[in-house]
Amino acid sequence: MTTHETNSKPNRTNWIYWLLTNRVSSLFIAVILALLFTCLVILVIKADPIKLFKVLYTGSLGSMDAITQVLQSWVPMVLASLGLMFTFTAGLWNIGMEGQIEIGAIFSYGVMRIFMFADPTSNLASVPGGWVIVLSILAGIFGGAIWALLVGLLKNFGGVNEIFGGLGFNFIAHAIMLYLVYGPWKPTGVANGSTKMLPAQYWMPQLTGSYLSLWSLGIAVVAVVIVTIVLQGTHFGLKLKAVGKNNKSSFLLGIPTNRYMLLSFILCGIFAGLTGAMQVTSFNHVLNYKISGGYGYMGLMVGMLANIQPLVTAPIAFVFVALTKGAAGLGMDMHLDSNLSGVIQGTLVLFVLVMNGVRKILTKKYKGAKWTAR
Amino acid sequence: MDVELQNIQKTFGKVHANNDISMIVRSGEVQGILGENGAGKSTLMKILSGFFKADSGSILLGGKKVVISSPADSVRLGIGMLHQDPLDFPPMKVLDNLITGSHEGMFPNRKKVIREFQELQRQFNFTISPDVYVDSLTVGERQQLEILRLLWLGAEVLILDEPTTGISAEQKQQLFSMVKLLSKQAKVIFFVTHKLEEAESLCSQIAVFRQGKNVGQVLPPYDTDKLVSMMFGKTLDRKSRSTYSQDCSNFEIENLKIDDIRVPIKNVNFCINKGEVIGLAGMEGSGQSIILRTLAGLVRPSGGHIWIKDDKGSKKDLVGKHYFTFRDAGISFLPAARLEEALIAGLNLKEHFILAEKQKGLFIDNKSAEQLTQTRIKDFNIKGTGENTIESLSGGNQQRAELALLRQPLRLLLLEHPTRGLDIESAQYIWQKMQKRCAEGASVIFVSSDLDEIINYSNRILVFYGGRVSKPLDASKVTVDDLGQLIGGKGWE
Repeated sequence: MTTHETNSKPNRTNWIYWLLTNRVSSLFIAVILALLFTCLVILVIKADPIKLFKVLYTGSLGSMDAITQVLQSWVPMVLASLGLMFTFTAGLWNIGMEGQIEIGAIFSYGVMRIFMFADPTSNLASVPGGWVIVLSILAGIFGGAIWALLVGLLKNFGGVNEIFGGLGFNFIAHAIMLYLVYGPWKPTGVANGSTKMLPAQYWMPQLTGSYLSLWSLGIAVVAVVIVTIVLQGTHFGLKLKAVGKNNKSSFLLGIPTNRYMLLSFILCGIFAGLTGAMQVTSFNHVLNYKISGGYGYMGLMVGMLANIQPLVTAPIAFVFVALTKGAAGLGMDMHLDSNLSGVIQGTLVLFVLVMNGVRKILTKKYKGAKWTAR
Repeated sequence: MDVELQNIQKTFGKVHANNDISMIVRSGEVQGILGENGAGKSTLMKILSGFFKADSGSILLGGKKVVISSPADSVRLGIGMLHQDPLDFPPMKVLDNLITGSHEGMFPNRKKVIREFQELQRQFNFTISPDVYVDSLTVGERQQLEILRLLWLGAEVLILDEPTTGISAEQKQQLFSMVKLLSKQAKVIFFVTHKLEEAESLCSQIAVFRQGKNVGQVLPPYDTDKLVSMMFGKTLDRKSRSTYSQDCSNFEIENLKIDDIRVPIKNVNFCINKGEVIGLAGMEGSGQSIILRTLAGLVRPSGGHIWIKDDKGSKKDLVGKHYFTFRDAGISFLPAARLEEALIAGLNLKEHFILAEKQKGLFIDNKSAEQLTQTRIKDFNIKGTGENTIESLSGGNQQRAELALLRQPLRLLLLEHPTRGLDIESAQYIWQKMQKRCAEGASVIFVSSDLDEIINYSNRILVFYGGRVSKPLDASKVTVDDLGQLIGGKGWE
């Protein structure tokens, strides 16, 4: 091992250095690079990039209808990303978000079933729809929290890395989901991976003429505020951050680190369950095997891009769902696969991370820190 | 193959780790390297084995000047180093462990390797099965494996760094007879140790290191007293120290037993009086840090008692209790690895102070946190602002920040190398703060590899040697020679 010391300080007015190390400009560069890369991919498949971006725009923000659809998907996207703020802060990777959303949806729909299929003459059938919705959401939250807690317990007491645990529970959750929608919960006569639709009185109130529910939008906005306050203004948030940055030191300072890690899983699971319950009560109104919508995985990307800042999560989640919604039109208008939006999202994440790395390396290098090379 | 070192120089920052070291070792010699902590023994050996590059000076093997710029280079030249902690791969099988790092190519001939390995083993009467996993071996067996591997790779020069720590008496015998056999085979052995007896019984010559210098090459018959004075070679100016009453008023340690894999410790008995400073002396890794961690509640002893006394004379046992109970009882531990175990890189000073305070309410009160930060920064003379992340501070400031995080009042402070790597001013500042704590009735126990620091600041001293703990020695009466002999493993009944 040899150590070299870099003594040469660069000219601070060097504009390239400035562009690469400034937080905002480096983010900007990352976005441009991601767009250029996407254009390259589009040119390779012999399509017109300008037209593609036009289609993306019309599909997401081009009409009032499109915007309400984006807003509607923004709710689960932002809720899932917010949940992951807790585990990210605690230094944990909750890959199990996806399964937790599914279990949340299952619990939520399960409660609905009790009321849906209740004897019309019984007391259950006369419970007001609003109460049923609240109960169903609470059940979803409970389900998601339990599923996340299992991952946390396995990590704390079984020494199972949360990434593997989460992945395992994702498969189990999905298996349970498939069993239910193709088995005991399938509507009579059909097996299309979906359950019977909820009766309208158990739907979250929607704006007339659209699927957008102001209630769920409100819940998402309130959640952004609450998570921001909890993580940035409370002792709990600071302690969670400490645990995430250095478990050993935090324990020495008197923080019960295991309990905090479990709590972060439970909180993340609560948001996952809420996401699942929203999908059931507010958008899909059925339980189907695609209900998690990939929000758990996308949430990880959003969380990384937001650098674990809940407030930043909101706009980034918006960009992500806008891209996804916009790409839905690609098949019809350009005969392209709508998964192209995934390419854009993925490259965006990669380039932002690369530019972050570049920024860190440059600032460290020129601060005269020791440079270790093997 | 003769080894010749000429004028080796190596500095780390301000520390002159190797200062103009020269020596010649002929083939067949067992060269002892003796010296206290930080004397520069390991640095020199790491230069010889390619882990460090010397600032200047040259190395000659068999009369030819060589350049060693990586461990791979040194292996190629026939130099093998056995590190204190074996550099092996515990989750792998013995055979795979051998093949890794050899030049057997993509498809090694496993049968051939096994045959050669068994042949080597026969020479030294070792019996390691090539098919078991390395983590199922004892420390001694892993060491044997590592030596065999080095020999198998063709080592002509073997460096053994503190090889007798953590191995059984029988394995030690095996090791010694192996060394003797290897010396008959005209190999060169470097035997780095702080254990006088071992050096005396095994080495055909001993070089004594002190503060980065080779103070002399000694030939047998050895005079222990002379070796000790060469190793420590200093006269002491004793500072006046605080007074305290020897009434066992704070803690009482009774028959403490700790099952550590490397250094099992048993029969530890001593009192901790209010207001006293106890220094733990000994070579690093002799059990001092384990005792500190046990007293802090981080390591659970397998037997014995840690009695905490109250004013009425009754006592309570802390053994088996959770770390937080220890903490709430007023025991604080300051680890040496500041950024790894004590502070949180990525959080700023203010956030550290908030974390260390008792939590009031759910929300962080920014105003009072700001105030607290200002007071602490002033009180503890920290050069930095509340917004500075802890890792951006200098070592001395980090250490002061660690002190600033301590609660009031405290009963017992456990410090691991409290002034290591600090400049004199910072070190003195830290001791001022400690002595103030003592005056308030707290006790301090600290580990240091600096014998001066131990003698200067302790009231009593415990010497550690391979997990054995001496009776408390009065720091105002004990001589460096006494300590040196004990640290080197002599004078233990």
